[in-house]
Amino acid sequence: MIDIKINKELLGASGSLILDVELQIQKGEFLALSGDSGSGKTTLLRILAGLEKANGNIKVHQQEWLNAKQTLPPQKRSIGFVFQEYALFDNMTVIQNLLFIAKDKNLALHLLEITELTTLQNRYPKTLSGGQKQRLSLCRALMQKPKLLLLDEPLSALDSHIRSKLQTQILKLHKEFDTTTIMVSHDPSEIYKLASRVVMLKDGKVTKDGKPRELLLKQNGSQKFSFSGELLELKKVDIVYVAFIAIGQQIVEVVLSKEEASSHKVGERVTISTKAFSPILS
Amino acid sequence: MFEPFLLSFKLASITVAILFFIALPLAWYLSQTHSKVKPFIEALTALPIVLPPSVLGFYILVALSQNSPIGALFKDTFDMSLVFNFTSLVIASCFYSLPFMVQPLQSGFESLNKQMLEASYLAGKSKFQTIFFVALPNIKSSLLTALIITFAHTVGEFGVVLMVGGSIPGETKVASVAIYEMVETMNYSLAHIYSAIMIGINLVVLLSVYIFSAKHNKKFGL
Repeated sequence: MIDIKINKELLGASGSLILDVELQIQKGEFLALSGDSGSGKTTLLRILAGLEKANGNIKVHQQEWLNAKQTLPPQKRSIGFVFQEYALFDNMTVIQNLLFIAKDKNLALHLLEITELTTLQNRYPKTLSGGQKQRLSLCRALMQKPKLLLLDEPLSALDSHIRSKLQTQILKLHKEFDTTTIMVSHDPSEIYKLASRVVMLKDGKVTKDGKPRELLLKQNGSQKFSFSGELLELKKVDIVYVAFIAIGQQIVEVVLSKEEASSHKVGERVTISTKAFSPILS
Repeated sequence: MFEPFLLSFKLASITVAILFFIALPLAWYLSQTHSKVKPFIEALTALPIVLPPSVLGFYILVALSQNSPIGALFKDTFDMSLVFNFTSLVIASCFYSLPFMVQPLQSGFESLNKQMLEASYLAGKSKFQTIFFVALPNIKSSLLTALIITFAHTVGEFGVVLMVGGSIPGETKVASVAIYEMVETMNYSLAHIYSAIMIGINLVVLLSVYIFSAKHNKKFGL
């Protein structure tokens, strides 16, 4: 059980804001932290890791990490941290990166096998691709069998194919090592696939907290299908209007009446939903 | 005949060894701190670069002479003089060459990815372990530059050495001072030989630094 109650003033891009978060996290939970940039997600992770100061209390499995009297240094927290930009030890080979953390060769080889890096074990980090670096970073974070695994947007710099593969590996490792994991992510499909709980932050406060299924499925009527996207273009074709809408990486066309078309502006966020519908999966 | 050279190299080696251990914590502190005193320490450290060697030499002489508290202390307890001998040259060189050791190390440490150091802390490694196993190996070119430039700069010093050490053969008469004396006594042929050797050695040293850093960068895919 992890108890967090912290308070810190942040100097963001849009002036200062107060990060004020109270959370209880169960052991073994996979928590996704979501929210706009500048809402305090990364700072929250860094405070948990002991890399930044804050007021308040943090208690992890009966051990005091932060209170009014003391701050436990990062060295003593047993945390696995995966940084967005990898932060690997460039002077060490792949395997040395792992053995520097803990002298446990079997564990290192096991982790490299799961993440399919075995053949690259004698390479230096600078010669690896982004996906390989992030896998190594994940292995490194698990080398000390952490109580708490913190992932700061680990996959945001990677393309979708590698992302999906790494998501599977993260989930596998989370289960195998029985850690409590907190991951910052913006990607709804990623959150849905991995997390057992989502917490949304806005301007330093928790605005939503619940199961991914409840929070991410945007069904607030009787719609069967609902997507949100950005309206790219409105075009008049004969007597109807055609709207071009970007949903994720896809662009779709939707036919609109004149009235509907006049109530929307190019660039705004829209929701497309439909009721009677028989989808075909192929 | 080559005694002044040996003396120069002995002085430079000892200076490099001492300065490395003084400059390392100082450079690390300066690279990590956000304290308001940082610019003051930086300015003090850089002072020997801009000061005339005679100013530095004068104050070192004043501070170490037997009339000063430090000089008197050494005279009374160890019966040892701190001026016009090899020890005084080492002390003077450490002041004179300090910025050449601190600055490359500091800029090397500053160029490191902060998160790489944090990753080491999170793995339970102390500051000491992080400096020696993560920070220093990742700034090998800066480290090499610091060591070599400090060495070369100490070999090349003249004004401070002359003021603090004089020109005692085998004790304080280093190569640069020897060349000065040869020119004074119009012994041009020997001055040519000495000067040519100086140029040759320094050229080889600098060349190896540049070749090393090029190879090193290639190895790590930089």
